[in-house]
Amino acid sequence: MKELALHLLDIAENSLAAGARHITIKVIEDTLNDRLTMEVCDDGKGMDAKMVARVIDPFVTTRTTRKVGLGIPLLKAAAEACNGSLTIESEVGKGTCVRVVFQRSHIDRMPLGDLAGTFLTLLVGNPHVDWTFIYQVDERVYTFESAPVLEVLQGVPLTEPAVLSYLRQELEEGIHQVQKPVTLEKASQGV
Amino acid sequence: MPTIKSLDDLKRIREEALAKRKAKTTSGQVQITVAMGTCGIAAGARDTMKAILETIAEKNLEGIIVTQTGCIGLCEREPIVQVTVGDQPKVTYGKVTPEVARRILEEHVLKGQVVQDHVVPL
Repeated sequence: MKELALHLLDIAENSLAAGARHITIKVIEDTLNDRLTMEVCDDGKGMDAKMVARVIDPFVTTRTTRKVGLGIPLLKAAAEACNGSLTIESEVGKGTCVRVVFQRSHIDRMPLGDLAGTFLTLLVGNPHVDWTFIYQVDERVYTFESAPVLEVLQGVPLTEPAVLSYLRQELEEGIHQVQKPVTLEKASQGV
Repeated sequence: MPTIKSLDDLKRIREEALAKRKAKTTSGQVQITVAMGTCGIAAGARDTMKAILETIAEKNLEGIIVTQTGCIGLCEREPIVQVTVGDQPKVTYGKVTPEVARRILEEHVLKGQVVQDHVVPL
């Protein structure tokens, strides 16, 4: 996988397999401290300490842990190669938080990639989950929550063509705006 | 929620969708499932999914449910997409690139012709 956004999709997939109802994905770029942090937190079934250790080490993973395979160990290796880390906090019955940190400017750090595509895929593919997507670059934050959207739609599916276009634009523009803030000139025009 | 587009826009979209739905009878529903295990994602399933969603929006295709699932055990055939049209049996496609995904929507979903060269026999 060549994009951090694809790894996010992969981690979120584990949350889905763990039966999560609420999943929060955070991507924070801190240019001052030169860190890029990604977090996926869920309220799924969680894991005990032994299982967490297994999930991180590919050579200990047994076939019964089918839901988690190479994804996490590969991402951990990628993070560590960029002066970063991958940690998992989990509690049985409560949920799991996977946190990955990279040195943002590291030459080997994967590009963030298509974050909007990852969010849209998760949202549309799993509308029964309560999603919160947070993307932050320094002090600029974009937050997307699925609950208010579903409330407005009142049963109209997310795959309704006009709804799909709306969601894609919303996510793409939101992320874009955090990456490249609206210039003062544009802001004064109300764009 | 500091959204870019307003939820009022979405309300309007919803009203329009409901009005359109009333106007036509619901024909056979289409269910499309994209496999998104680590294997699928690594093979490009997200781009396949994106192509499906884009085609639905572009061609204004109604009544299609798109969901995702995990690894179904055919990692070497990923990206895998399963399509069920109405009461017809489920068709499993392998090596579904974004181009193949568009073909599946145009030929199978719209015209009822299964894209034979990408069918995975189960």
